[in-house]
Amino acid sequence: MVKFNRFTLDNGLRVIVHEDNTTPMAVVNILYDVGSRDENPEQTGFAHLFEHLMFGGSVNIPNYDGPLQKVGGENNAFTSNDITNYYITLPSANLETAFWLESDRMLNLAFSEESLEVQRKVVIEEFKQRYLNQPYGDVWLRLRPMVYKKHPYLWDTIGKNIEHIADAKIEDVKAFFKKHYNPQNAIMVVGGDVKPEQVKELAQKWFGPIPAGEKYTRNLPQEPQQHEVRREIVTAKVPVNDVYIALQMPGRREDEFYAVELISDILSRGNSSRMYRNLVKDKQLFSEVHAYVFGSLDKGMFVLEGKPTEGVTIEQAEAALWEEVEILKTQEVPADELTKVQNKTESTMIFSEMSLLDKAMNLAYYELLGDANLFNNEIENFLAVTPAQIKEEANKLFRKDNSSTLIYLAE
Amino acid sequence: MIQTERNNMIDRKLAPEFRAIENINLLRPKKKTLANGTEIFCFNSGDQELVRIEWIFNNLRFDPAKPLLNMAVNTMLTDGTGSLTAAEIADKIDFYGAFLSVDYGFEQSLVTLYSLTRHLDKTLPVVKDILTDSIFPQKELETFIRNQQQKLQVSLQKNDVVARRTFNKALYGDTIYGLTADVETYNTLQHDDLLAHYKQMYQPSNCTIIIAGKIEQNALDLLAGTFENGWESQSAAADITQPKVNHAAEHFYFVEKPEALQSAIRMGLPFINREHPDFPAVQVLNTVLGGYFGSRLMNNIREDKGYTYGIGSGITSYKQGGALFIATEVRADVCKAATIEIEKEISLLKIELIPDDELELVRNYMLGSLLGSLENVFSHADKFKNLYFSGLDYAYYDRYTQIVKTVTGDELLKLANRYLNFEEFYKVIVGKY
Repeated sequence: MVKFNRFTLDNGLRVIVHEDNTTPMAVVNILYDVGSRDENPEQTGFAHLFEHLMFGGSVNIPNYDGPLQKVGGENNAFTSNDITNYYITLPSANLETAFWLESDRMLNLAFSEESLEVQRKVVIEEFKQRYLNQPYGDVWLRLRPMVYKKHPYLWDTIGKNIEHIADAKIEDVKAFFKKHYNPQNAIMVVGGDVKPEQVKELAQKWFGPIPAGEKYTRNLPQEPQQHEVRREIVTAKVPVNDVYIALQMPGRREDEFYAVELISDILSRGNSSRMYRNLVKDKQLFSEVHAYVFGSLDKGMFVLEGKPTEGVTIEQAEAALWEEVEILKTQEVPADELTKVQNKTESTMIFSEMSLLDKAMNLAYYELLGDANLFNNEIENFLAVTPAQIKEEANKLFRKDNSSTLIYLAE
Repeated sequence: MIQTERNNMIDRKLAPEFRAIENINLLRPKKKTLANGTEIFCFNSGDQELVRIEWIFNNLRFDPAKPLLNMAVNTMLTDGTGSLTAAEIADKIDFYGAFLSVDYGFEQSLVTLYSLTRHLDKTLPVVKDILTDSIFPQKELETFIRNQQQKLQVSLQKNDVVARRTFNKALYGDTIYGLTADVETYNTLQHDDLLAHYKQMYQPSNCTIIIAGKIEQNALDLLAGTFENGWESQSAAADITQPKVNHAAEHFYFVEKPEALQSAIRMGLPFINREHPDFPAVQVLNTVLGGYFGSRLMNNIREDKGYTYGIGSGITSYKQGGALFIATEVRADVCKAATIEIEKEISLLKIELIPDDELELVRNYMLGSLLGSLENVFSHADKFKNLYFSGLDYAYYDRYTQIVKTVTGDELLKLANRYLNFEEFYKVIVGKY
């Protein structure tokens, strides 16, 4: 049970305070409700590039990192298709430094041409390091546009291509900031060795004066249900073949999400999972095999992946993956097996309470989902799933005409 | 009204006052020695009803003819015992929501159990079984070999992996640290070798147990009882000495990848380890060079030139010696320019005093980072492991914080000249140069 206090400033900034006096540290986590799904299709990768620019100096503070490091703090950030999340950990005695830094960059950035110039280069190198110069590194660049035809999830957070990043202009940066980086579009969680009254006072002092800004109303094209088999084969400089099968699945806020996530656990979580045991250990068809979900806010992706062992054809590999999921469609999962994955989910959530930063990030994310307290009730949603629901969701999910198959063939 | 206006007139250009970190409190363990010689260190703290238990074994002496044994034995511990198949082990652990992992390191191999306290009576016997009765079934061994070979093939396509392997081989040669098994090496693994290695290494006299979490007396009794009874050391003690490290004569290695978009660079030199009195001070030097986001290497090569997504330096400390290294992946056409800049930054440390404001920032950053690394009771146990297996005690961290607070620019300049000798640097490039 993660306890918290919650208040909203007049400008719309939502603030959550979580006291944890077992640590001498504090965390400040700010989630901005903007991700790569909010980008212009002709300027993809922008939300992530923008995240880099948030460290390039703000209107009153030329250097973001230095003053924080000077008080013993550390920070980082990440961008996903749905959100951009910034976080600081620092000794709690120096909490105000975090408020000073974060409020100034929410107020306004410096918009330095020089910073843009450098970060374009840095992000292009990130693109190469993580997506192009790695075996299978481009998988999401290829698979997303197969699964999504209309919804902006069709591009990865890094962007469709390097050109989109290379072409970013300072005017675009300014417009993006104005549209998305304002108090009513943000959720701040302050946690650790802090007091609610102290946080309230600091929030009022540093964030209170920031203008509310304009309200961004999201209106994204939703992805229609898939009714066709999609398939692509690439021959690439990879050492072994690889099979990816992606299926459209319910979004993070749907009731069905919980059953679908447990399906991925039944299939591949841990060494007792079905696919690991049957396909890697017993039949020895794969050297590794995985099933996982992208818990996106809009329609998500369920992915089956496996690297076939030497001598196993692509056809055999694909057939084996489908055979495994077919069992879930026809036979109810035994109660013990369902209990096993539910227990694992429960203990994972208890373990995550050992980390202050994890708690802060989760509170912010669940507040975005609608209510930070959903975090505390989440386990009930998983425990309530029945074998009949698993079977029902498996039948909706595992249809050939809901699948996008991407095959890597070793050159 | 006037009051409100005055409140709003904050000076945003002015940083709030801050306090330097005065002292860092580390939790110390309670120790218990079992009749069979195993030592248990116990860290009791936290609110969650869970524990982490680690069984730590020193690796056996490295045999260049059989370089994979320490790793293979550790990795295959969950693959079957006299009474449980691999599948049954996995079932038991997963059903109780526990996590069981095996981790091979250069010095020690670990078995780690994360378990809800209320399920320890079910999960501990499984660990006991794998530590006392593993059998390394032939079929599992064949699967292990095949899957490891395929994973290695994938890793070898990554420039940073190849650079790290080449670097370690040059610095540490035919020792456990320099180990560079290739795909064929896996075929030399034999069941009988694994079993013999297991029997010598995984015995109580070579085991240290560290338990951390919210620990009630009955949990501790259960742990002690499970591992005290029916687990005896053999007459032959584990040979945990390691051969001496010899560095390669050749200092430059270029592995060409004509189609590389980026080149991996790894350079560095043999270095002092944690036991050396200068170690805390050279960690300050390393932090200035490449040990944090605001480091000189990051500022120059990422934030000024935009050559890379990231660059950093670090110090590895092993029993038989350490290394200071710099690692990055840079745009292929600026690889040479990047190495020149790296060398420039190292030279600067040897000829110019680190400015006071930079040194103050680094001091505070390092102390904040140490404080922040103590997130929960597990991190306190980790700090203890660093000390214990280096043969140090808690005075080390007192000295560390004292030196980080007080080391002067002059001293760092001298240390840079003593330890950063260019003629000793090894340089590895994978990609284009």
